[in-house]
Amino acid sequence: MSKTITIDGKTIPFEDGQTIMDAAMTADIYIPHLCHQPEFTPHGSCKLCTVNVNGRNCTACTFPAMDGQEVLSETQELIDDRKKITQMLFVEGNHFCMSCEKTGNCQLQAVAYHLNMLDNHFPLFYPDRKVDASHAEVMIDHNRCIFCTLCVRASQQTDGKNVFALSGRGIHKHLIVNAESGLLKDTDVDVNDQAVHVCPTGAILVKRTGYQVPIGERIYDHQQIDQVALASERPKHGK
Amino acid sequence: MANKIRVATTSLAGCFGCHMSFLDIDERMLQLVEVVEFDRSPLTDIEHCTNCDIGLIEGGVCNSENVHVLREFRNNCKILVAVGACAINGGLPAMRNHIPLEECLSEAYLDGVGVENPQIPNDIELPLLLDQVYPIHEVVKIDYFLPGCPPSADVFWKFLTDLIEGREPSLPYELVHYD
Repeated sequence: MSKTITIDGKTIPFEDGQTIMDAAMTADIYIPHLCHQPEFTPHGSCKLCTVNVNGRNCTACTFPAMDGQEVLSETQELIDDRKKITQMLFVEGNHFCMSCEKTGNCQLQAVAYHLNMLDNHFPLFYPDRKVDASHAEVMIDHNRCIFCTLCVRASQQTDGKNVFALSGRGIHKHLIVNAESGLLKDTDVDVNDQAVHVCPTGAILVKRTGYQVPIGERIYDHQQIDQVALASERPKHGK
Repeated sequence: MANKIRVATTSLAGCFGCHMSFLDIDERMLQLVEVVEFDRSPLTDIEHCTNCDIGLIEGGVCNSENVHVLREFRNNCKILVAVGACAINGGLPAMRNHIPLEECLSEAYLDGVGVENPQIPNDIELPLLLDQVYPIHEVVKIDYFLPGCPPSADVFWKFLTDLIEGREPSLPYELVHYD
C-alpha cells in the first residue's frame, strides 16, 4: 500500500522524503510559489505556498508529506491570503512592470495575474534602492528583489560558488554580493551561472537580452503560471 | 435623454494614454453612447462633474489640483475606477519619489542642461507639487481597478459593458496586464 495524502479532497500518493509541494506537483496539482524551485533546498520564505494541513497553516514546500494528511489549498481564505502576500511583495519593492524588461516573463507578475490581483491594496513604500550595473554582462536591480534567495541557493548548490547572500533584517533586508567593494563586477559571477538565470523577477538580468522576445510573445502572455510551472518543474520533483 | 448612464473621466498625473486606449474601442463607441452620456471629461470639455454613475480616473496624484479633482470625482461618482498603472501604483511619474522635490525642481528649472533664465515657477495659478506621487487609492476610496499601461480597449469595453448590463465586472486572464 502506497502512502497517500489528500489535497482539497483528492487522494494523491507520495514517497517518503517528499514534501507536500513535491507530492502535489508530481500529481499535477499546482500550489502557487515564488521562492521554491525543485532543484534547490526549500526555503519557505515567500509563504505563497501556504496550505492548511490537518487544521494548521504551513508552507507546502518545506512540510514533509505524511500518510493521511488532509491538505487544503484552494480555499477562498488561502487564495485571499496569497493575494494579500503578493500585494505586500509588490508594495515593498518598486515593481513598475511597464518599464521592466522582465515583464511577461516575470513569475511575480504571473502569480499576481493567476490570483487576479488588480490593485495593490496597501500604501506603497517606494523604498530607495540601487541598481548595480557594474558587471559587463549581468546587472542587479535591487528595486525588484523579493528576497526569495533562489540566486543565493543556485550559486551555492549548482554553480559551486557563493556570490549572493541576504543581509539585514525586516524592512532593511537586502541582497548582497561577495565582494569587498559590494559590486557585482568584483565577484566571480559568470553570465552562464544558474544563479543569474533563476531570478523570478527582474532583479537579476543579463544585459542586452531584455527585448529579444517581444512583449506579447512572452512566457506568461498566453499561458498561466500554473500550466508553465507544472510543465517545467514537475519532472524535477521526482525524488 | 433621461436615464442614460453618466460617465465622467479625467487624467491626473497621467499621459492621456489611457484615454487614447479607451478611444481605441473605435466603432463600439457608437454603441456605448446609446446608453452612456459623458459628463466631465477631456472628451466633452465639461469642467466639473455632477451626479455621475461611473468615474474613470487616469494617473496618480502629484499636485494639489489632482487632490481637488479626485475628491470632486469621489463626491460625485457612485463608482470610482482607477484606470491604468499610474492611478494604481503611481507609474512613471512616481520615479521622482526617490528624489527630494527640491532636487527635482532645481534640475528642471535651475541647474539643468540648457536652462535659460533659471527660476522656479511660482505663479499663484500653478498647483503646488506634493512631496511625492501617490496612487489614488491612498487618497480616496476606489471601487474598481483596471491595470495596464495602458489597459487595452477591450479592458474598457469588458468592464463598462459588465457594469452597464448589471454584472459584477471581471477581467479574464488575457485582459489583465500590468505593462
